Amino acid sequence: MGRYVARRLLQMIPVFLGSTLLVFAMMYALPGDPVRALAGEQAVDPTQIAEMKKELGLDLPLWHQYWNYLVNLFQGDFGTQIASGRPVADIISEAFPITVRLALFAFIFTVVVGISMGVFAGLKADTLRDRGLLVLTLLLISVPSFVLGFLGQYFFAFQLGWVDPNVSMEANADELILPAVVLGSLSLAYVARLTRTSVAENLRSDYMRTAVAKGLPRRRIIGVHLMRNSMIPVVTFLGTDLGALLGGAVVTEGIFNVKGVGSAVFDALRHREGATVVGIVTLIVIVYLVASLVVDLLYAVLDPRIRYA
Amino acid sequence: MRGAKSAKWVAGAAIIALAATACGGGDSDDSSKASKEKGKPAGYVSIDVGEPQKPLIPADTNESLGSYVIQSIFTQLLDFDADGNIVYTNAESVKSTDNKTWTVKLKAGWKFHDGTPVTSESYIKAWNWYANVKNAQQNAFWFEDIKGYEDVHPEKGDPKATEMSGLKAVDDTTFTIELNKPVPYYEYKLGYTTFAPLPEVFYKDTKAFGQAPVGNGPYVFEKWDHKKLIQVKANPDYQGPNKAKNKGVLFKNYATVEAAYQDLLSGNLDMIRQVGPKDLPKYKADLGDRAIDEPYAAIQSLVPTFYSKTFKDIDPKVLQGLSMGIDRDTITKTVLNGTRKPATSFTPPGVAGNQDLGTDVFKFDPAKAKQLVKEGGGVPENKIWIQYNADGGHKEWVTAVCESIRNSTGVDCVPDAKPDFQTDLEARDNDQVKSMYRGGWVADYPLNVNFMRELYGSTAEANNGRFSDKEVDAAFKKGDNAASLDESIKAYQDAEKLVLEKMPAIPLWEYKTNGGYSKSVDNVTTDFHGDYNITEVTVTK
Repeated sequence: MGRYVARRLLQMIPVFLGSTLLVFAMMYALPGDPVRALAGEQAVDPTQIAEMKKELGLDLPLWHQYWNYLVNLFQGDFGTQIASGRPVADIISEAFPITVRLALFAFIFTVVVGISMGVFAGLKADTLRDRGLLVLTLLLISVPSFVLGFLGQYFFAFQLGWVDPNVSMEANADELILPAVVLGSLSLAYVARLTRTSVAENLRSDYMRTAVAKGLPRRRIIGVHLMRNSMIPVVTFLGTDLGALLGGAVVTEGIFNVKGVGSAVFDALRHREGATVVGIVTLIVIVYLVASLVVDLLYAVLDPRIRYA
Repeated sequence: MRGAKSAKWVAGAAIIALAATACGGGDSDDSSKASKEKGKPAGYVSIDVGEPQKPLIPADTNESLGSYVIQSIFTQLLDFDADGNIVYTNAESVKSTDNKTWTVKLKAGWKFHDGTPVTSESYIKAWNWYANVKNAQQNAFWFEDIKGYEDVHPEKGDPKATEMSGLKAVDDTTFTIELNKPVPYYEYKLGYTTFAPLPEVFYKDTKAFGQAPVGNGPYVFEKWDHKKLIQVKANPDYQGPNKAKNKGVLFKNYATVEAAYQDLLSGNLDMIRQVGPKDLPKYKADLGDRAIDEPYAAIQSLVPTFYSKTFKDIDPKVLQGLSMGIDRDTITKTVLNGTRKPATSFTPPGVAGNQDLGTDVFKFDPAKAKQLVKEGGGVPENKIWIQYNADGGHKEWVTAVCESIRNSTGVDCVPDAKPDFQTDLEARDNDQVKSMYRGGWVADYPLNVNFMRELYGSTAEANNGRFSDKEVDAAFKKGDNAASLDESIKAYQDAEKLVLEKMPAIPLWEYKTNGGYSKSVDNVTTDFHGDYNITEVTVTK
């Protein structure tokens, strides 16, 4: 187990290098010059632009820029923004806590509500309540999140007045609930459907019959025997989903004015802030890698037949 | 209204409500929508002004967000009223007998926010610093008229001097500006935000200053919560005519204009600068007389590039024909939702020297348009392209303009989208525009000169169409050499008539501010570049 984890961690290094290089090269390849764009339609002074680029190291060839970036990164320096001159680390440390909070809320909502709905429906497959769930989840999957977002704003903020339409500067917990519900509802639908299917399937399996025949109490049959086996596909989905949530949600963040990773990376892309984009994407890649490792380890916990060496 | 209890409720009810989406709303509650804004001190007003691109240094800010903040913290020598007339703020007077040497007298007793006095030296030292090429300030070129600019800002290499020889202090409150050559309208240029003074503390740590500026303006900087808000409080000792009538301002950053509008409706924001396309059709109904719909001194045009295959050595008649082929009235009303006003000249109203050109070139007349294009010999391949940036909401109107040109003149018109503004600018700088591009110009100072010389002079740096015409240059020169401001304006008015014959651009429409304010504030007015006069805004409750 320990060796397995160590190997997986080592494998992260090439993935990390490869993905940063890719993103770096893509930012480099984009047309349009961020330093020039600062002047807009106003007059520009080529010498001054050259001077600024030299100072930022943007006049070097791609490989040299990338090398400089990596060297700085290993010293804990994420680089500096072109326009504002602020360290990228500041931008990241402002945006990530908010996104983590939002993602956790959305994740908890997805897990708790999604799994209970799935179990609830899967236990009585093909009944009215099962069909009802299928219709509801189909609705959630097919409605785009910005529609849900605006609807939520309209009902809960303007009609009922329970919440404010936007998340304020502090991004308090109570304000994040509505965005989190909107953000989590798509995954919720998938989780509910996955759980429902695997619960319904496993109900018919041999070990379930054995457990019933043994005379185990119903709560134990469902809670332990059935659930553990049914959770494997759901956990796989949730693992990548957590990564996606932490990567920020540009649309939902935009609707509710959440200043998270999604809007930070979108802003940076629009202004061609290469270092910011690479820095945030790097962190997202790491989050994904760790999440998938945790998922793989969870398999062994859920199903004792799976072993890692 | 707010609180953890009700919010928990939301979570539970959400699923049910979202499933039954169409089950009708509760009764709308309009009662207490006054300001209940979180974290806003009493007497403050808030406005949606997003994160400035650069640190808050007057000469390094040329975009509208940063300028809003800079204007509240710094006061220059003079400012303009709504009609574009000069109002002296920090200056007592600015005078010149020969238009070459200008004598500035400062009002006595002015202080920076840190208590140090505002003297002639505060201006001279600051301007020298701004202009120095080493400091790489975005607006350094604004000082190019001053004698000795080439020494501190040479085209190549290191500066030869740190001071411009044209700036001299006479005493603590008087200084002179000597220019390279006479500029009769120089006083107007001094109203640009870049000409602000700096306190001594700036030179100790310029980086820290950019994050927490100390100015001499109507507001004192309080804090900058990056990407969230900038807070300033009224300066109680301010002596200028634009003393703040509120206790302070919150400049709040919103991810989208739609989000800002939602906050305006729910009483979490006092002023919105521009309503987004989604809410434009209903904002007047929502806000009633709190809606703002004011034109300002900015103009959008189609700029032909005179190096391109399409417009090389073109007969101006063709351009006049294309101009008459555009149905400005219908497009501004429908596609643009009334956010623009059809142009009638090369300068917008609100700038001194704006005139009625008495021409039909800006009127929609398909028959005459067709005829003019034909007389002028048409364009190669009978096809033109309009380049625009796809990230700025221009697609709809460019498509409509093209449609209009195609239908009325028979010239095939194709929108040429560049993914974003950066790419768009790059193509303009490198002379790679296929035939025309979308140009936009907001007045730096409210004078017709700004819309003529800076755009169509053959050596002007913003002249990306590479228009070059000796007669036009001569006409501009005449305006620059005029003996007085009035004569200069007049000369430029004559030049505009010449420009109309040469058609270096096809003006489309003037911009408008389409914004609004909440019930908790009043007296919201706009200035000549469409910004709100924040110091005038009063709090109702």
